[in-house]
Amino acid sequence: MEFYRSHVLICGGTGCHSSGSADVMEVFKTELESNKLENEIKLVQTGCFGLCAIGPVVIVYPEGAFYSKVTTDDVPRIVSEHLLKGRIVTDLLYHDSVHDDEAIKSLDEVEFYKKQKRLALRNCGVIDPEKIEEYIAFDGYKALGKALLESTPEEIINIIKASGLRGRGGAGFPTGLKWEFTAKAEGDKKYILCNADEGDPGAFMDRSVLEGDPHAVLEAMTIAGYAVGADQGYIYVRAEYPIAVKRLNIAIDQAREAGLLGKNIFGTNFNFDIEIRLGAGAFVCGEETALIASIEGKRGEPRPRPPFPANKGVFGKPTLLNNVETYANIPQIIHNGADWFQSVGTEKSKGTKVFALGGKVMNTGLVEVPMGTTLREIIYEIGGGIPDNKEFKAAQTGGPSGGCIPAEHLDTPIDYDSLARIGSMMGSGGLIVMDEDNCMVDIARFFLDFTVDESCGKCPPCRIGTKRMLEILNRITKGQGEEGDIEKLEELGKNIKASALCGLGQTAPNPVLSTIRYFRDEYEAHIRDKKCPAGVCQALLQVLIQAELCKGCGLCVKVCPTDAISGERRSPHVIDQSKCIKCGACMEKCPFKAIVKG
Amino acid sequence: MTASILQDEKLMELKNTIDEFKDKEGPLMPIMHKAQELYGYLPVEVQEYIAKALDIPLSDIYGVATFYSQFTLKPQGKNTIGVCMGTACYVKGSQAILDEIVREIDLKPGETSDDFNFTLNATRCLGACGLAPVIMINDDVYGRLVPSDIKGIISKYRTK
Repeated sequence: MEFYRSHVLICGGTGCHSSGSADVMEVFKTELESNKLENEIKLVQTGCFGLCAIGPVVIVYPEGAFYSKVTTDDVPRIVSEHLLKGRIVTDLLYHDSVHDDEAIKSLDEVEFYKKQKRLALRNCGVIDPEKIEEYIAFDGYKALGKALLESTPEEIINIIKASGLRGRGGAGFPTGLKWEFTAKAEGDKKYILCNADEGDPGAFMDRSVLEGDPHAVLEAMTIAGYAVGADQGYIYVRAEYPIAVKRLNIAIDQAREAGLLGKNIFGTNFNFDIEIRLGAGAFVCGEETALIASIEGKRGEPRPRPPFPANKGVFGKPTLLNNVETYANIPQIIHNGADWFQSVGTEKSKGTKVFALGGKVMNTGLVEVPMGTTLREIIYEIGGGIPDNKEFKAAQTGGPSGGCIPAEHLDTPIDYDSLARIGSMMGSGGLIVMDEDNCMVDIARFFLDFTVDESCGKCPPCRIGTKRMLEILNRITKGQGEEGDIEKLEELGKNIKASALCGLGQTAPNPVLSTIRYFRDEYEAHIRDKKCPAGVCQALLQVLIQAELCKGCGLCVKVCPTDAISGERRSPHVIDQSKCIKCGACMEKCPFKAIVKG
Repeated sequence: MTASILQDEKLMELKNTIDEFKDKEGPLMPIMHKAQELYGYLPVEVQEYIAKALDIPLSDIYGVATFYSQFTLKPQGKNTIGVCMGTACYVKGSQAILDEIVREIDLKPGETSDDFNFTLNATRCLGACGLAPVIMINDDVYGRLVPSDIKGIISKYRTK
């Protein structure tokens, strides 16, 4: 084994990758070679560090120097100063990663990481996901060995049951029970499925686990196969996630080669193999029976349950289906025991939850916190608060199935049950922060638009009901709302929830019902006063130049895409309302804040 | 048309994929993914070919092709512009970005330009929420956008 005096960890997660981390990696490689350092310093492309907002992120060990927003131009300096001469390039460090005296903080002292507890994301940003050796060095496949060599299937199921782990896909069904049902189901052939069809807009934790720690999912599925008596697994992953698919394929090949997938695993008579199946862009396929139909090569339409997949799943056989994040917890539970997992979280929700923190918050990215952490801690302490001194309006959890949580509930400890009580749901973990500039009626309309588009059309309540709700919301946001619309939305919503066939339809009204519950006054302003208080709904507002603030600089004229602004230089300009498309480009450009929506 | 679409090396590749999956469970989706990748869309001749090879009705293939948004029955442009309409992008103004692109290239979401240079799509969440609002042109991701960035970005993909 080779030894290196320094390790340079470069985040290869989706966020950093999009900000150009692959180019940064390339330049590091050539710079190290031209300085003849390639045998002293090891470059590692890891999974997601979590702090996407300041990507690309590079961490240099042993010092733990945390470089943020690294560009290809910065790399030669880091190499020649830090790696060659041992002088950390302090001006490129993430500002919160250093003490006032410029000494480097350890990661748990950084505000963003302080309150986090990384279990599912344990290896993300730590190991190279394309090397099985690194996973094994961090206790990888130890749990599988323990399961196969020292435990009976019943013992494994009992550990999962005792741990209190609940499904991380959103509904929170006890995982151990699901395993037990599938184990007890009669059948000559059984299957293990992994739901990696992460469709909730604004959620990307499953993607990050697959990209940052793919072996954890493979190991967990293999353990599940042993526990329920299955020899074949499928991972159903979104086609929109090419990096995840690539790394999973690499991981599967490596595991097969190492004898950790295939025949006679660990020298026992247990056989198990895994294949990948790609989704093709249908949100409803996140629903378990629709996902099963899709794997079978059919239109992804759900069917009524029972029979549940545990008894009659893919190809008509007993099937266990869990989500990626759920699986990511399994090896550690087997390895460390149920009591260890039990000690984290609240009474009814054990362990941690990963949230994709996005929207109007400083530190956008991926955070993992113990169940029971409050929204305020996530948004203000980990997330760093709302940018531009704007006021918090709502946090949206649960995607198109969830709801909007207002400021009055910021101190609610988050778990499955508390979120349901306040009209939202855990969902897969998208957490979108909204500020005073977001219109809650428009957000409800946005989600309904999504659901109507993604409804598979099989059952009338979802196909027709959500469409009617969307029509009403469209009218309201266009200034054509009528008295009684709110009540009609509430009634429709209640009926759809009660009668739709699958989870998609049953939860589709939630964004509307929760915004009516907490922001009824905004709906009323749209309907009665024909006003959008947040200034979003275009039909209800005008963009105006305040003459007393306008200096006539003409910047707005240049940026206006429809030539709607005119005026003499150095004197107040005006907007021709018949031409204005209310895009807001001028507001963004005006240095004097003279342009407002009203 | 039929002859030119079916007698080429793409077909050989498709045939290989069909042979690989034919006897496995649930072969249709992987085969259709391959066909879409090879041809850029799913011409009816290709659907007929798959139907015959797997011995299933053409209506089943068509049903699947029209159910999933990644399969398309129409040829796509050389450059595909995807505007992320996920929640994080939406609350940070992706609608204004989309509106600006619509004005810039004069296409509505789902349309392809007459010269087949651009296809515009309003896509589902691209999972790059930390950089919202985001667009993707082919494999290039552009993040933290404001409407005034669009003109410059699009110009890179115009036919010279």
